[in-house]
Amino acid sequence: MLRIKNLTCGYDSKIVLKDINFKIETKELVGIIGPNGSGKTTLLRAVSGVLKPKEGAIFLEEKDIRLRGVKELACELAVVSQTSPLNHMTVEEFVLLGRIPHYQRFQFLETKKDIEIAERSMSLTDTLKLKHRPLAEISGGERQLVVIARALTQEPRLLLLDEPTAHLDITHQAGVLDLIKKLNREFGLTVIMVLHDLNLASEYCHRLLLINEGRIHKAGLPEEVLNYQIIEEVYKTVVVVEKNPVSSKPYILIVPEEERQKERSR
Amino acid sequence: MNKKLIRWISWILFLGGILFTVSLFSLCVGSAGIPLKKIIALILEGKRTVEYSILFDIRLPRIILGFAVGSALSIAGVLLQGMFRNPLVEPYTLGISGGAALGVCLNIALRLSGRLGILSIPLTGFLGALIVVVVVYSLSTRKGIFKIQGLLLTGVMLSFICSSLVMLIMAISRAEDLHGIIFWIMGSLGEPQGFLIKVVFLVSMLGLFISYLLCADLNALSLGEEEAQHLGINVERTKRLLFLTASLLTGCSVSAAGIIGFVGLVVPHFMRMIVGSDHRILLVTSSLAGGAFLILCDTLARTVISPLELPVGVITGIVGGSLFVYALSKRQVSWGGK
Repeated sequence: MLRIKNLTCGYDSKIVLKDINFKIETKELVGIIGPNGSGKTTLLRAVSGVLKPKEGAIFLEEKDIRLRGVKELACELAVVSQTSPLNHMTVEEFVLLGRIPHYQRFQFLETKKDIEIAERSMSLTDTLKLKHRPLAEISGGERQLVVIARALTQEPRLLLLDEPTAHLDITHQAGVLDLIKKLNREFGLTVIMVLHDLNLASEYCHRLLLINEGRIHKAGLPEEVLNYQIIEEVYKTVVVVEKNPVSSKPYILIVPEEERQKERSR
Repeated sequence: MNKKLIRWISWILFLGGILFTVSLFSLCVGSAGIPLKKIIALILEGKRTVEYSILFDIRLPRIILGFAVGSALSIAGVLLQGMFRNPLVEPYTLGISGGAALGVCLNIALRLSGRLGILSIPLTGFLGALIVVVVVYSLSTRKGIFKIQGLLLTGVMLSFICSSLVMLIMAISRAEDLHGIIFWIMGSLGEPQGFLIKVVFLVSMLGLFISYLLCADLNALSLGEEEAQHLGINVERTKRLLFLTASLLTGCSVSAAGIIGFVGLVVPHFMRMIVGSDHRILLVTSSLAGGAFLILCDTLARTVISPLELPVGVITGIVGGSLFVYALSKRQVSWGGK
C-alpha cells in the first residue's frame, strides 16, 4: 500500500527525518511511537504530502505521491491532525467538507450521495446526534470523533491520525481507538497513527514503528518493539514491561526515581 | 439540505429586496426631491424632462456605481478574510487600496488617461494593487511558511509607504492635477464617467463569479492551510488566484471611487454573523449587502449637508466603524485555529 524509500526530510535548515525505509501493507494498523521531537509528526506530514521530501520518495500504491495531484491524493488518504478546528460551523457542515476532494469541477452544492456518505460516517462515529450542534460547543472527545467522521467522509483507503487520543479521558481514548480498530477490521481501512501512549499503541496496533532522533530505531510487532532494553535506551527512563493478562500484549510501567533509590539501598 | 437551500434563497431575496428599496430611496431623495409616484410617471412618459435626466443621467449611474463598488469591496473583504481567517483583514488593511490609489495618482499626475484612454485608470489601479499584493506575498513566503501576522504588518507598512508616495506626488504635481487627485482620493461616487461605471460593474460581477469558482476552496481554507491541503486543495494556487481577484476588485473600485474604507471590513463581518461562514452564501449576500450599504452611505453623503456633498468615505468610516465597535462588544465572532 505505502512504501517509504530513503526518505530524508525536514524544515528549512533542520533535517528531521533521515533515511527512512518502511513498507505498510493494505489493511494494516500501524502505530508510530517515539519520544517528543523524534520526528513522528514530520513523518505523518511527509506521507500526507504537506511536507516535500528532501531526498527519497513515498509511494502510495506504487505511485509517487508527488506525481499525484493534491486532489487525487485527498481521495486516497485522509488526515486527522492534532489541532482540532474551533469555528462556528455545525457538525454537519464540518463533516460535509470532507466531500470537497470528490466535487466535480463546477459542483456548487452537495449531492444526495455526498449527504448520504456524510450521514453514514457520522453514524459510524456515533456523532449523528450532534449533527446540528456548533463545533465550538461540543466536548473534546466528541470533537475528535467528528474530525474522524470528516476524514471518513473523504472515503479514503489510508487514514493518518496524529495522536488521536491526546487530551482525552480513558473512556474517549478507548472509544476513539476501538472505532479505529473497527474501521480497520470491518472496512479494511489501512491506518497509520502517531501515539504517545505506549500501552495504547501496544494494545491496538498490529505493528509499531519506533522512531528516535529521526531514524527508525525498531520496527515490528508490539512484543518485539516494546521490551525494556529498547524503551530504556530510547526514552532514557527506567521501566518495567509486563504482559496484559487479558490481551497478553506488553504493557509498560514507569519506575520512579525514588523507588529506584529504595531498591538500591535495600 | 433543502431547508438550507430555502434559508439561503430567502436571505438572497431579503437582501435583494433591501438593495432594491435602498436604490429606490436613493433615486427619490436629493437636492431635487422626486416622489416615488412621479418616478413611475416619468419613466412612462416624461422623457427629455429635466427630472428624467436627473434620475437617469445623474442618480441612476451613481446608484449602479455605488452597488458595484460596495459589492466589489465586500467580496474582496470576504476573500481576504477567508484566506487569512482573520476578521481584521480587508483591502484597506493589507495595503491593496493604498497601492491602487498610488497607481491611479500616478496616472493622473502623468496624464496617462489622456493618452491611453479612460480604461487606463482602472488598469493602473489594478496594477498598483497587484504590485502591493506581489510584494506582500513574496515577502511573507520567502521563509517558506506563510505567516499571517507578518503579512498584516507588511500590509500596514506598505499602506503607509503608498500614502506617503501619494502625498509626494501631490506635493510635486501641478495645481490642476492636484485638484483632480484630491477630489478623487477623498472617495466619491459622483465623478466618474459612464464608461468607467460599466467597467467597475462588470469587474465586480466577474469577481463574484470567480469567487464562486473558489468557494469550496475558501470553505476548506477556513480550517487552516494544512487542513485545506488535506482536503485536496492546491493551497498556493488558490491563494494566488484569491489575491489576484481581490486586487482586481480593489483596483477597479479605488480607481472609480477613491479609497472607501470599512466596507470590506464591516459588511463581511456582519454577514458572517447572520448567514454563517459558508462562503457559498456569504459571497452573494455580502455582495448584495455591500452594494446596498454603499448606496445608502452615498445617499446620506449627498443629502445631509446638501447642497454640499460629503466624501462617502467619511460616512462609511463613521457608520461602519461605530457599527463594528458595537457589534464587537455585543458578540465575539469566533475564528478557527489558533
